[in-house]
Amino acid sequence: MKLEFDIASGDFSKAGRASSRIKKMLKQLQVDPKVIKRIVVAIYEAEVNVVAHSVGGKMLAEIDGTGITVIVQDNGPGIEDIEKAMQEGYSTATKAVRNMGFGAGMGLPNINRNTDEFTIESELGVGTVLTFRNNF
Amino acid sequence: MKLSEIIELTNAKVVAGDTEKNHNLLRAFSSDLMSDVLTLDTEHILLITGLANLQLVRTAEMADIEVVLLARNKRATPEMIELANETGLVLLETPYSIYRSGGVLFKNGLAPVY
Ligand SMILES: Nc1ncnc2c1ncn2[C@@H]1O[C@H](COP(=O)(O)OP(=O)(O)O)[C@@H](O)[C@H]1O
Ligand SMILES: [Mg+2]
Repeated sequence: MKLEFDIASGDFSKAGRASSRIKKMLKQLQVDPKVIKRIVVAIYEAEVNVVAHSVGGKMLAEIDGTGITVIVQDNGPGIEDIEKAMQEGYSTATKAVRNMGFGAGMGLPNINRNTDEFTIESELGVGTVLTFRNNF
Repeated sequence: MKLSEIIELTNAKVVAGDTEKNHNLLRAFSSDLMSDVLTLDTEHILLITGLANLQLVRTAEMADIEVVLLARNKRATPEMIELANETGLVLLETPYSIYRSGGVLFKNGLAPVY
């Protein structure tokens, strides 16, 4: 089963729509609630990052018999130093983002902690691609 | 702690969700930082917060939080109430501060997450 979502830059009111849809779908499939929680937390943080830090992008989710794979890609600006971005507490978030309850530099570490497989690739001026997977 | 007890102790008003459902809260957590809330792996928790926006309702949905108490007269927006009713979140508003809400609930036996 494949799902695709567009994620617009700056539109915080819509952040969480993809994670919400996927949550409902996994519930219907009677996946273990603990597994559902981990993957939707990762997806939600990834959505928020595209809204907060990029010019926009999209998410692809594929559910198979053994798990779920998620690809989140945006069209820039890219991350200069991935190692730094992965550190807990590192953030370039604006005050507006912090007022939304995000921007503490915990998103990427949260994604890492809540997924079984996680890779992040980024090129300045091109964009960022997050790929992660959780097994059921 | 029963939801009805939390409502009574904090002098709260219910603005969204089904209070007839048997909500029994085991612990409480307080934060305005949604990424922090998303790190919790405890179940049946009450979140006490001063952040009143849609992200709060989305975060509660993803973090499996059943009840949120908005402190110090922070008002839930119509969009928040609509989304909360859709996701089944109970939203409460209290005139008490985060400090006082937490204090009174702790004193009456609601355990902290940390
Ligand atoms: N999709 C993205 N595009 C560009 N930069 C990003 C993206 N995701 C994360 N970053 C960078 O990595 C930093 C850390 O991200 P994260 O851990 O989610 O924390 P936060 O979002 O709270 O800042 C961000 O502040 C930003 O500088
Ligand atoms: Mg983030």
